[in-house]
Amino acid sequence: MNDIIKHDVIIIGGGLAGMRAALEVCDNHDVAIVTKVHPVRSHSGAAQGGIAASLGNTSEDDYEKHMFDTVKGSDYLGDQDAIEILVKEAPENIIELEHFGTPFSRLDTGKIAQRPFGGHSEPRACYAADITGHVLLHNLYEQIVKKGVKIYSEFYVLDIILEDNICRGLVAFDLTTGKLHTFHSKAVMFATGGYGRAFRITSNAHANTGDGLSIVYHAGLPIEDMEFVQFHPTGLYQQGILVTEGARGEGGYLINKDGERFMKRYAPNMMEIAPRDIVSRSIQTEINEGRGIDGKDYVHLDIRHLGKEKIMTLLPQIHELALDFVGVDCIEAPIPIQPTAHYSMGGIPVNIDGNVICDENETKVTGLYAAGECSCVSVHGANRLGCNSLLEAVVYGRRTGKFMNEFLKTAKHEKLPEKPTEKIEEKISKLLNTTGNESPAKIREELQEIMFRKCGVYRTEVDLKDCLQTVKKLQERFKNVKIEDHTRTYNTDLIETIELSHLLDFSEVIVQGALSRTESRGGHSRVDFPKRDDANWLKHTFAFRTENGPRFTYKPVKITKFQPQERKY
Amino acid sequence: MEVTFKIHRFNPEKDEKPYYKEYTVEVQKGVTVLDCLNQIKWYQDGTLAYRRSCRSAICGSCAMTINGINRLACKTQVLHLKSNTITVEPLPKFRLIRDLIVDMDSFFEKLEKTKPYLITHTPAPEKEYYQSPEDRKKIDDPINCIMCGACTTSCPTTWTNNDYLGPAAFNKAYRFVADSRDEGKEEHLDAVNDENSGIWRCHTITNCFDACPKKIDITKYIGKLKMKLASF
Repeated sequence: MNDIIKHDVIIIGGGLAGMRAALEVCDNHDVAIVTKVHPVRSHSGAAQGGIAASLGNTSEDDYEKHMFDTVKGSDYLGDQDAIEILVKEAPENIIELEHFGTPFSRLDTGKIAQRPFGGHSEPRACYAADITGHVLLHNLYEQIVKKGVKIYSEFYVLDIILEDNICRGLVAFDLTTGKLHTFHSKAVMFATGGYGRAFRITSNAHANTGDGLSIVYHAGLPIEDMEFVQFHPTGLYQQGILVTEGARGEGGYLINKDGERFMKRYAPNMMEIAPRDIVSRSIQTEINEGRGIDGKDYVHLDIRHLGKEKIMTLLPQIHELALDFVGVDCIEAPIPIQPTAHYSMGGIPVNIDGNVICDENETKVTGLYAAGECSCVSVHGANRLGCNSLLEAVVYGRRTGKFMNEFLKTAKHEKLPEKPTEKIEEKISKLLNTTGNESPAKIREELQEIMFRKCGVYRTEVDLKDCLQTVKKLQERFKNVKIEDHTRTYNTDLIETIELSHLLDFSEVIVQGALSRTESRGGHSRVDFPKRDDANWLKHTFAFRTENGPRFTYKPVKITKFQPQERKY
Repeated sequence: MEVTFKIHRFNPEKDEKPYYKEYTVEVQKGVTVLDCLNQIKWYQDGTLAYRRSCRSAICGSCAMTINGINRLACKTQVLHLKSNTITVEPLPKFRLIRDLIVDMDSFFEKLEKTKPYLITHTPAPEKEYYQSPEDRKKIDDPINCIMCGACTTSCPTTWTNNDYLGPAAFNKAYRFVADSRDEGKEEHLDAVNDENSGIWRCHTITNCFDACPKKIDITKYIGKLKMKLASF
């Protein structure tokens, strides 16, 4: 049961950040990707609208404008040193991807096409129709294949081996065989994506259960800014499936039951392409005040005026999704949409080299790295701008790879504990032999429902306290969980239950963090504290696990070029 | 409407051979086959195993055979099948792991044989390679491939020839052959030119095109590859 697999670096997750990092390392060191879904199944592929860079192909643009837009979009919680790196390195990263073969859409000049996107003052979203994430994911997979990077596909990581603040490897479960394996490495990198599956209405894949950050939290390390969850304005009604912001970037309207383009009352200048937190709140306000379509909890996204040709050229996937999942032909009729849990601003705290840190003083954890949505560097602060997530995955994936290369020059395989899999084997045996009677599906459903209703677009103390109490009750019930499948071969009952344990653990951190933060900033909107409070809350939340729930400390925001000011669009 | 799902079951630890188990689900308009599988797994039988992730037809995890046709479970609406009984089986040909899960390693290995990456020989420009919108349009369709395997496993040649690379691999090769930036067209074409495993074993039956959840015109591209090879 305890075969030890040895590599220099193990990257957990085969999405954009993980594969980009692997490409950076593979020429110099022995790297392997360990991932619970095959790389091309990763959720990076669901990103639609674009990837931001100030190429200036259609307007005068530069990285400083991109930087200001991102800082302002983050509601000044983003760390400006990290943001500067993101935007400065953006153009060269895009060019590199293009040279790898990414099929970007083109201008008549033959250059990469760019479209307007929420919160960006210039059209800087580089795109491939509305399948940008898909083409990037497949392009990086092609490069991984070309380089022959070793992939452990459908291996589910259960724990990291961390002793004396040094990461020595990890323990993973081969889904196909049900065997546990110890991976011994000089460095481990998390690239495991977001945590949107804590909410009932979400654009996230079933796989997005925040496993990575939950493992880190359990290992005694902090997780950062978990209360900041982005609700994307346009999820397909009741499904939550993403409808790209590109639909509004290309000119789509948001319409309430009175036929009004209501964004003029909330963001008179940017209208429908104001940042996502603002548009989501506007939609939610329309719904709450009875102006949803037919008085229900959705409004319309109308792109009919773009015309068939433009829709089929620029937004073909939207046409397909609306038709297949809500039965609407968006050439003929408006699309019913509602805000949907979309992006996790919080995550595993890292420094600007992608090295995981274990406290608010940025003390490094030796050999442990993270990048992409699972991490918090923090370039998105309290609210991410559209097109900056693919960008972060690529820029910080590559950057983290570079710093791992440096680290690996002198690093060695550190000693493993005697029985690295013992604790995990016990946990699995216990779950497989459980005699409980609580259905994991019911617990998950109740969790997702309460998180969406009480810890969603708008939050209040009363709701959050209620939510926290429910989450704690669900955690108690989980102790009595029942798994029906007692076999080892591709036991998805077991995996879903372990994923649920992650959801329950970090949901408590989200709610508690939201309860503590008595202000409104970006994606965190407290009805009872409607103003941003820079005097008290211009700081990052660090949550440490204790037996009695999370313990919070705070870390100042790095401000370099732009002092906080009122955020208007 | 009440619908009976006849689902292929097999767990190598317990079962000597595969069997079908029936489940009943109350189905409303808009409900997909994946929604029903989830309902069954979560509320009737936790031991049912299948792959799924994005549930929006982009990750390619949930390709399976539904009422005899390879499709994505997440994209298939139950009421569109116009049947009270729905049979759900794993993709054919691949090694069965469990229930609806097959081993897709060979599928990805065959893809790798086509040199599925942009090949260039001249040094890259400082900025992007320029490509006209007309040239870019030539790869609009083939780049939609999500590698779900529905096409390859619906092809009769795949069923009878273990070496056959299959339509998904050919589509990938075509995607580069048709890309104005690629300078390795001969290499991609060579990779699909083998007498036994290559495109010449395609008999234009068009099952691949019919099965593709992204409606990619794969048969046409295989034809174009043949024309290119014939004119070499």
